[in-house]
Amino acid sequence: MKITRKHKIIVYSILVLFSLYFLFPFIWAFITAIKSEAEVFSFPPKFVPDVPLLSNFIDAWNSQPFGTYFKNSMIVTVLTTIGQLISCSLVAYGFARYDFKYKNILFMLLLSTMMIPWDVTMIPLYMEFNMFGWINTLKPLIVPAFFGSAYNIFLLRQFLMNIPKDLENAARIDGANEFQIFYKIFLPIMKAPLTLIAVLNIILVWNDYLGPLIYLNDQSKYTMALGLASFQGVHELQIIPIMAMTLVMIIPPVIVFAFAQKYIVEGISGSIK
Amino acid sequence: MFTKKNKPKKFTLVRKRVPFLFILPWIIGFIVFTLGPLVFSLIMSLFDWPIAGETKFIGFDNFKTMFTADPQFYDSLVITLKFALIFVPLNLLVALVLALLITQPIKGIKIFRTIFYLPAVVSGVAVSIIWGWMFNSEYGVLNYILSLLGIEGPDWLIDPKWAIITIVIASAWGVGTMMLIFYTDIKGIPYEMYEAASIDGAGPIRQFISITIPTITPTILFNVITSVIAALQQLTLVLLLTGGGPLKSTYFYGLFVYNNAFKHHELGYASANAWFMFIIILLLTMLIFKSSSAWVFYEAEVKKERKGRKRK
Repeated sequence: MKITRKHKIIVYSILVLFSLYFLFPFIWAFITAIKSEAEVFSFPPKFVPDVPLLSNFIDAWNSQPFGTYFKNSMIVTVLTTIGQLISCSLVAYGFARYDFKYKNILFMLLLSTMMIPWDVTMIPLYMEFNMFGWINTLKPLIVPAFFGSAYNIFLLRQFLMNIPKDLENAARIDGANEFQIFYKIFLPIMKAPLTLIAVLNIILVWNDYLGPLIYLNDQSKYTMALGLASFQGVHELQIIPIMAMTLVMIIPPVIVFAFAQKYIVEGISGSIK
Repeated sequence: MFTKKNKPKKFTLVRKRVPFLFILPWIIGFIVFTLGPLVFSLIMSLFDWPIAGETKFIGFDNFKTMFTADPQFYDSLVITLKFALIFVPLNLLVALVLALLITQPIKGIKIFRTIFYLPAVVSGVAVSIIWGWMFNSEYGVLNYILSLLGIEGPDWLIDPKWAIITIVIASAWGVGTMMLIFYTDIKGIPYEMYEAASIDGAGPIRQFISITIPTITPTILFNVITSVIAALQQLTLVLLLTGGGPLKSTYFYGLFVYNNAFKHHELGYASANAWFMFIIILLLTMLIFKSSSAWVFYEAEVKKERKGRKRK
């Protein structure tokens, strides 16, 4: 395509305009986080604080048990990711590489679970976890991940469907058992889609607010999302520490995204095909 | 060691069981965390089920109450549909425009792609805090910027007329995922198609209407369905940004169900509410699918041709 100068200028100006919408709120959050109390509530608002107070971040971190929240979020995120990787790779492999009775019905069932609104299972799940004695523990947030999730399984299965059948047949002739074939041959091939699943899960779980809101009561069990939201609920006017901690909360998913951008861009296209 | 006799038998037996062993985690999870709760929720919807105290079977009374005696049900439904009607088309349009922009072959475009996607990885909690501060009618920077342009900004979160728009703007911040879906699809359209059209004298707009749009209709369908479902279930932002207010102007259906369950402790009634939403989602999805044959162009044949071309 030939691009004229005029065309280029138009495209760039639209791009910059949109960038303002997507980027400015982050910038403004940062500016707010390093302001002094007086500057935050001055009008007209100041765009450059007189003295940038990076110490605001430390003060904010210490004002609430954010260390505990951060640790809890980490535990949940890491364990669910491990759970998803193990369970989804097994299940997707079963659906993609074997023929068995009721396979198509079961797979349709799996896909249809993606349509169930969260609201429908929310109440019975709460009662179920209550029965297990899991309320106010991190278990309701972690354990279900070890039983797979429909979207991740679907994603992996699509990937596995494209691998020629000769691969496991050759290994079978060599005397490998079924699990060895999965573990030694297929798992290494699945590195790219597994990375994608890990990344999507990290972002999803780290950011989750509703799960922790329903299942956790004690501050010592709070995750970052719940801790931050409750901090904001109680101290609405302490906008400086709130902004500082909001930025801290954003950092892990952004880092993960930065490293895995390639997988996300490629993976999202693969998922709908 | 196996004798020759029992080896084949054993082999087929293993072959029959092994696949089920692989999918066993999902089957267990499906029963315990999806099917069980789903059935239980349906049963609960037929009961008066307070969080403490006695449960009582009341047949379809919850549904009757919902349709005939609870004005909040209709209000929440209307508010949610209003939100979906503004949010879904806007979100689709923005996603499509952004996707077209980031497929332009110009310098630095990848940086813009990253910028546009960035908010999509941010938690709803952070989104509501950041936008809540931007929209603040006393100290908010947004109205200050508007005032510089000579516009008097509304009381975003305080004015019942504007609160829903506020939620739309904050929700649309996460449009990046949909943008990427469109982006990969548009990028997959073979360049030769545009070249041929351009030789035939079609301008960029004509090319967009005649080539790009028809090719991506399946993706548009996918995005319409997912964003309608997402709009109907919106809860996090409403809880944190407006709490349903002001004057219940953002008391979305998701919040209605949530509050009935965890604030008013009417578990049976909330289950009935949730099931109604489930049925609406099923019907809507079916409706969109049914209508799709009229406007969705499946490119199976084009794709075959494309694959053939790639091999050369």
